[in-house]
Amino acid sequence: MTDTHHRAPAVTERESAVKTMTMAGAINAGLRAAMERDPKVLLMGEDIGQLGGVFRVTDGLHKDFGGDRVMDTPLAESGIVGTAIGMAMRGYTSVIEIQFDGFIFPAFNQITTQLAKMHYRSGGRLTLPLVIRVPFAGGIGAVEHHSESIEALFAHTAGLRICSPATPQDAFDMIQQSIASPDPVMFLEPKARYWDKGDVDTDAVRTRLDAAAATADIGRARVARPGTDVTVIAYGPTVRTALQAADVASGEGTSVEVVDLRSVSPLDIPTVVRSAKRTGRVVVVHEAPTAHGVGAELAARIGEEAFFHLKAPVLRVGGFHTPYPAAKFEHDYLPSLDRVLDAVDRVMTH
Amino acid sequence: MEATGPLSDEGLVQLLDVDGTRVADPDWEPYAAHLTPDALRLAWRLMTITRAFDAEATSLQRQGELGLWVSCLGQEAAQIGSGTAVREPDYVFPSYREHGVALTRDIDLPQMLTLFRGLEHGSWDPVAHSFHLYTLVIGAHSLHATGYAMAMDRDGLVASGSPDKDGAVICYFGDGATSQGDVNEALVFASVNNAPIVFFVQNNQFAISEPTTRQSRVPLAQRADGFGIPRVRVDGNDVIAVHAVTQWALRHARAGQGPVLIEAFTYRMASHTTSDDATRYRTRADEEKWRQRDPIERLKKHLDALGELPQEFRDAVTAETKALGKRTRETVKSWERPALLTMFDHVYAEPHQQVESERAWFDRYQQSFLDEGSHA
Ligand SMILES: Cc1ncc(C[n+]2csc(CCOP(=O)(O)OP(=O)(O)O)c2C)c(N)n1
Repeated sequence: MTDTHHRAPAVTERESAVKTMTMAGAINAGLRAAMERDPKVLLMGEDIGQLGGVFRVTDGLHKDFGGDRVMDTPLAESGIVGTAIGMAMRGYTSVIEIQFDGFIFPAFNQITTQLAKMHYRSGGRLTLPLVIRVPFAGGIGAVEHHSESIEALFAHTAGLRICSPATPQDAFDMIQQSIASPDPVMFLEPKARYWDKGDVDTDAVRTRLDAAAATADIGRARVARPGTDVTVIAYGPTVRTALQAADVASGEGTSVEVVDLRSVSPLDIPTVVRSAKRTGRVVVVHEAPTAHGVGAELAARIGEEAFFHLKAPVLRVGGFHTPYPAAKFEHDYLPSLDRVLDAVDRVMTH
Repeated sequence: MEATGPLSDEGLVQLLDVDGTRVADPDWEPYAAHLTPDALRLAWRLMTITRAFDAEATSLQRQGELGLWVSCLGQEAAQIGSGTAVREPDYVFPSYREHGVALTRDIDLPQMLTLFRGLEHGSWDPVAHSFHLYTLVIGAHSLHATGYAMAMDRDGLVASGSPDKDGAVICYFGDGATSQGDVNEALVFASVNNAPIVFFVQNNQFAISEPTTRQSRVPLAQRADGFGIPRVRVDGNDVIAVHAVTQWALRHARAGQGPVLIEAFTYRMASHTTSDDATRYRTRADEEKWRQRDPIERLKKHLDALGELPQEFRDAVTAETKALGKRTRETVKSWERPALLTMFDHVYAEPHQQVESERAWFDRYQQSFLDEGSHA
């Protein structure tokens, strides 16, 4: 495994393949590419057809691929996941859109007792290459159930891979690689970052779409910014916050390394531990509640594998042990730049 | 309108036609007979207030004062017609679009906007109003409603021998919700337990962008047959018919005869919410067709023809809606966000160590900024 993302610096003669895209646009382009490549890739979800999804991530796909491949389903999440499992048994790869994080729970049973376990129960005879796309996490001022970070609830279930892109490039690559992976993948899209723009090289992923490479890549972390004093680990929506914190901290003489986890299951422990050993100080930032969360798992693993390198305890910055609060409270509930900097300060002065 | 299927007018009960003329229907007449001109004026007034409030909330959202608004434009007859059939000790489980029903439960309409302004998740005391909180997870509340009805039955509030004291539950949900497992399980539980509950489906023809044909091949009311539950399909833009069928259904449930499913066939005139854009999936012509079937206009024509909507009454209602609009604007703009620490309140009924330690940490954290400020 490498520290950085697999992609080497863009090959110069492919300059024309680099386009500026939003994250939503990059996922759309990735879905389109996967559907063009394989006629057995289907999209299923609520309002993903003519409407293009409530975030317009599937915009235009219904028009170009038709209702048989971009299916507006009945309003029933358990039904969507359950029927997609059956279709997968005949070779169809469904990419499901769950409209919002808080509405995945009617499908919790199908995902955790069926989808996650079928490969195991069948002794490897059945593979279910489904992808469940979920616009997740908060920051958009929404009403209840539209801002939740659900990753830990699913990460506790063996059999599911869980990843989350933080940039348009990763969104474009990782959605295609998630589709290419024979395992079920939960693809968590940081909805507050849908309209963030970035350069996307649309060629690079092509050589990394075989099952092994694709699956390996969506399980890898990347060092988003190198540094020497503190490691800040983030994924999805908090990567941007971590990078901002690194900027501010560098102005105050602290060098922050930002690790973009990209994958919640599996966790790329080698990359994390290498960074932790280098800096000796670690802060984990996620929107999900810290109690019983991904940060707790990381702290334990870092403790186990880098204990004698640590100069301070691993700190977590995240949501509280409360339901996601009403919108007017969310910016104080969420791990803000100030709270990340506060934690960086605390590990530095420990 | 289609000839058959979920968007047809198959079997619709109607007591007031599109032109406001009373339709004779001996089966349902007994349940509308008590509707005096006074009662009809009240229905017109409540529908008009609902619509005015809805327009005010929509405009407050456009001005950035609300995070979201879920309009009930066009569904006023379905909501007022049914809501006015509810009485003590009945209990209502709304979904999230039932602002008209809320009005019939004496909820102060401006107060319900705390939810939509992002100040809290629930906005009223559900017990005081016999009106449960809005539920945004589609269909989840249908099971709560069923369980509540089962408990009412245990508590002797059904078929008690004094019909005036009997009660039942009415549970609202949309056409999309009928596909959810929870809703189907609610129908099963209600059926086998003979629960005193009326399932009131407002088929407004859309679940966001998806037409009812994505949920069903037959009129939704027919779903009830497989569960052994009696059903009625009613013109949801006819406030008299909606009221009559709901009267019947609630009496049926209160008398211990078990659940009923009502499908009120109507049309969602606005987009799904202020975040939605209905022009992406339906035509202006379709909307225009349904504007011609407007529920408030229909009742007005009827009252006019009877000479029962005097100018003074209209003027008074206009003044009332204007005052409500002004009060709504002022109330909403006057709200301050509660202290941040309140976000740790009410997670549990008894203290919980994790919450308390995080509350204390957050308090110290906030305090550290204040301290820094005072040093500067
Ligand atoms: C379990 C669940 N899935 C998805 C959603 C997102 N969503 C909100 S409203 C809606 C459509 C509901 O349609 P319908 O039941 O017909 O009621 P209407 O909004 O038309 O009144 C959807 C899909 C949700 N709130 N809950």
